[in-house]
Parts: sequence; structure tokens; C-alpha cells
Amino acid sequence: MSFDNAYFSVGFLDRLSYQDTFVHRLDARAKVIITAAFLLAVISFPKYEVSAILPFSLLPVLLMTLGDIPAGFVLRKILLVSPFAILVGIFNPVLDRAAALEVLGLTISAGWVSFFSIMVKFTLSISAALLLVATTSFPGICNALQRLGVPGIFTTQLVFLYRYMFVLMEEAMRIVRARDMRSFGQRGRGVRVFVRLVGMLFIRTMSRAERIYNAMLSRGFVRGDIPQLGQHRFALIDLVFMIVALGLLVLFRMVPVTGLIGQYVRGVFAG
Amino acid sequence: MSHHIVEFRNVSYRYPDGTEALRDISFRVTHGESVGIVGANGAGKSTLLMHMNGSLLQSSGTVVIGDLRLDRRTRQEIRKKVGVVFQNPDDQLFMPTVLEDVAFGPLNLGLDTEDVMQRAQEALDTVGCWHLRDKPPHHLSGGQKSAVAIASVMAMHPDILVMDEPASNLDPKSRRSLINMLKGFRHSRIIASHDLDLVLDVCQRCIVVRDGSVAADGPSEAILSDKALMEENNLELPLSLMNRP
Repeated sequence: MSFDNAYFSVGFLDRLSYQDTFVHRLDARAKVIITAAFLLAVISFPKYEVSAILPFSLLPVLLMTLGDIPAGFVLRKILLVSPFAILVGIFNPVLDRAAALEVLGLTISAGWVSFFSIMVKFTLSISAALLLVATTSFPGICNALQRLGVPGIFTTQLVFLYRYMFVLMEEAMRIVRARDMRSFGQRGRGVRVFVRLVGMLFIRTMSRAERIYNAMLSRGFVRGDIPQLGQHRFALIDLVFMIVALGLLVLFRMVPVTGLIGQYVRGVFAG
Repeated sequence: MSHHIVEFRNVSYRYPDGTEALRDISFRVTHGESVGIVGANGAGKSTLLMHMNGSLLQSSGTVVIGDLRLDRRTRQEIRKKVGVVFQNPDDQLFMPTVLEDVAFGPLNLGLDTEDVMQRAQEALDTVGCWHLRDKPPHHLSGGQKSAVAIASVMAMHPDILVMDEPASNLDPKSRRSLINMLKGFRHSRIIASHDLDLVLDVCQRCIVVRDGSVAADGPSEAILSDKALMEENNLELPLSLMNRP
């Protein structure tokens, strides 16, 4: 993927997070807590579990629909990082050959079951994290983290990372374009040039950091935390949403919903 | 009430690498004056501006702002009086949203939330950007960024407004609205710029800086229409004065 594409894809995710839907309007703290609980619940399942995890997909689907996030975008992102998860799980079928279950006369080994379990957990957790970022502005998340007790020094770093990520990416893009304009074919594209470009970017970043710090001092910043405007309120709707979502998570974690549905369906057919 | 005076008396400054950027420079800007600072690249304009709020401290000489002499101890106090708008608004706007950025200064002054909000609204209204309050700076256009950068300084209610190239990178319409805005301010204004038409429009007085000292100081109209002086300093007549007989 070229640098430009990477840049615009981050920009797209960022634009999504500034939409105005029911999910976007929810308090960031509620969304952070729900996402954390979701990840914890999904990851805590034993390694041969597949069917009981599936109901959890309800939450990402719900957020995606209510938050007006294009499913294709989320799927592409999941595909993009999937090699990592595949690499983690791919040896399970080879190493773990015990027969686990039989479907339509085919024996499926325990290794394959645990591989699918990993893939399901991976898909769910990545989409949950992605949806959090796509439905909540990044500063909103940082603010929520700070209000939930994460030390200011970390959240301030994140805020600055976000603020200057775009500025630096544009800076890098300009440097790369300037190189491409004057390098033809393979000449001028080697490692040695690249190393110098990175060095250049680093020096520019340093002097920018100095200018920013100067601007902060000029407006009365004296060592310490960045002051916050207390403008976010935890409304009733946030509380209700959080309780419903956490309730569902507990239900899905404690009760094998898929199994129950299966029994019910069988009961209907038997009756 | 203190008088909003900026006075440089025989100020020199040498950068750590030995470059002598200011040499024995002296001038005095009085209450409510609007002064343009012009000169060639590298003449020392930016270094001069950095002294006005103590971002740099002079190697020798005296800088007086209001009734304070600039030194290591008074610079916190001086920063409350002097608002500096930097050249690149991306350096100036470091908070994640416009409103938080404009509120940054007033919050540091120790005001409570209500006052801060009031000042922020007032400042953003002045530059016509209140509707952008929840936007992150990287979603703004260049003109909006520099307007917000000015608001972020105005919200601190400075006595003296110092600007480095306020109109660079602005399209003609944004530049025009910036000029109209600057004309409306009642602060003492010190504006460094290569945009000589802007200086002519906004500033009654003009100081030409060359090699770190004052080459000329007088009414803008007289200074900027002096063709020989302009050309000596890598400048040229403002467009609006070019075809005058």
C-alpha cells in the first residue's frame, strides 16, 4: 500500500468518528467501558469454544448499523491485519490432531476447532476496537481515559500524537513526493536515500516540537497537566445503554445462547 | 491602568551558534499604536518578535513591556500582557478541538469554566469562527486555522498583539478579512510581514530592520513609498503605491 493510500485511509477513519449518530453522541466513557468489557469477555472463552462466542457479534453489528459505519470498510481493515492472527493459529491443526467432532461424516480435529476459535475471537475484538475508534473522536477517547483514572501524562501524549499525526504525515508525504519527482526508476530510491529522508523528518519534527512548546509557553503553560474544559456529562441515555450492553455481555458469557437456540429449534421440529 | 508600552533599549542578541541577530536595536511603541516591522529575510524580524514575550532573552540591553523589565522572572507576567500569533498556525493550534485550543490560555490564567467559555465564545465570534468550535484543527482550511490562531491569543485579553507574517498562506479573500479584523482591534499591534500592502493598510507606523538594527522608522506611507530605501532592503514598493505619479 502506498503512503498516500495509508494516509487517506487514516483520514477516512477519522472523518467517520466525527459523524453525528446515536452511537457517536453516547458518552465516550460508556463506549470505552463497554469495549473493554467486550474484549475481556470474548478473550476469556476457553480455546475450543466457537459456538458460544458467536452471539457476541451482535454488538459490533449493532454499533455498525446505528453508527452508520460502512461494513466494507471494517471488513477490509480486518482482512488487512488478519495475517497476524492466522500466523498465531495456523499450526494448531497440525499439532493438535485429536478428533473433536463429526459433521456430515467428516471428522474435524481439535486443532481446527481451536484455530476457528482464534479467528472468531480475533475478528470480534478487532472490529470492536475499530468501531470504538470509528464512532468516538480520538480526543473524546483520551478525555474518557483520563476521567476513568488513566494518568494525565499518558493521555496528553495520546492527544498530541493524534493532533500531530496528520501534520507529520503530510510532512512525510511532501518529502516523499519531492524525492519521487527527482528520482527516476531505481535511482534515488535506495535504502541510503530513505535513511536520509527519515533523518530529515526527525530533524523537522524536533524543531516543530520546539515551536509548539514555545507556543504553549506563550499562552501561560507552566509545566504540568493540560487543563480540561469540563464539558462532558454522563447522561441517563449513556447509563441505560451501558447497563443494557454490559447485561448482554454477561448473559452471552454465562449462558450458551447458541446452544439454547439450537435446543429450542430442535424442540419445535420434534414437537 | 498600566500603559501598554513596548520599549527596546540598545538590545543585542546572539544565538548560541554565534550568529548576531540583533545589534543594539532601540525603539519605542506606545499605547494603541499599530506598527509594521519589515525587512529582508534574515534581517532579524522573527528574533525581535521572540523577545517581546520572553521566548528569547536579550544578551545585552533592556526590554520594557508595560511597566516590567523583561528577565527570567518577569516573563511569565509579560506573557499575560503580550499575545503572540506565530507564523504557522499548525504550531499554534496544538489542542484536539478548536474550542479547547481557544480555552487553553484562559484556563492557564486560572479562570473558572464559565468565564473561560465566555471568553472563548467572544474571541471566536470576533474572528467569525464560533461555528467551528468542535472541529479538530486538521479539518480546517488555512484561512480558518489562522483565524482560530488569532482567537486563541485574543481569548487571553492581551494588551499587546504581536504577529509574525499573519497573512502568509492566505487566499486573497481570507487576507482581506484578516486586514479588516486587524484594523478593528484597539490593542497595540506589532506586525512583522513581507506583505507591504497589508502593513500599509493596517499600520500607521513602520520600522525597517536591517542586520539586526533599525534602518528606518516613521509613518508607513513615507517609509514604504521610499523606493531607494525599499530596494536597499530587498523590498519593493507596495502594489498600491507602484503606479502613483
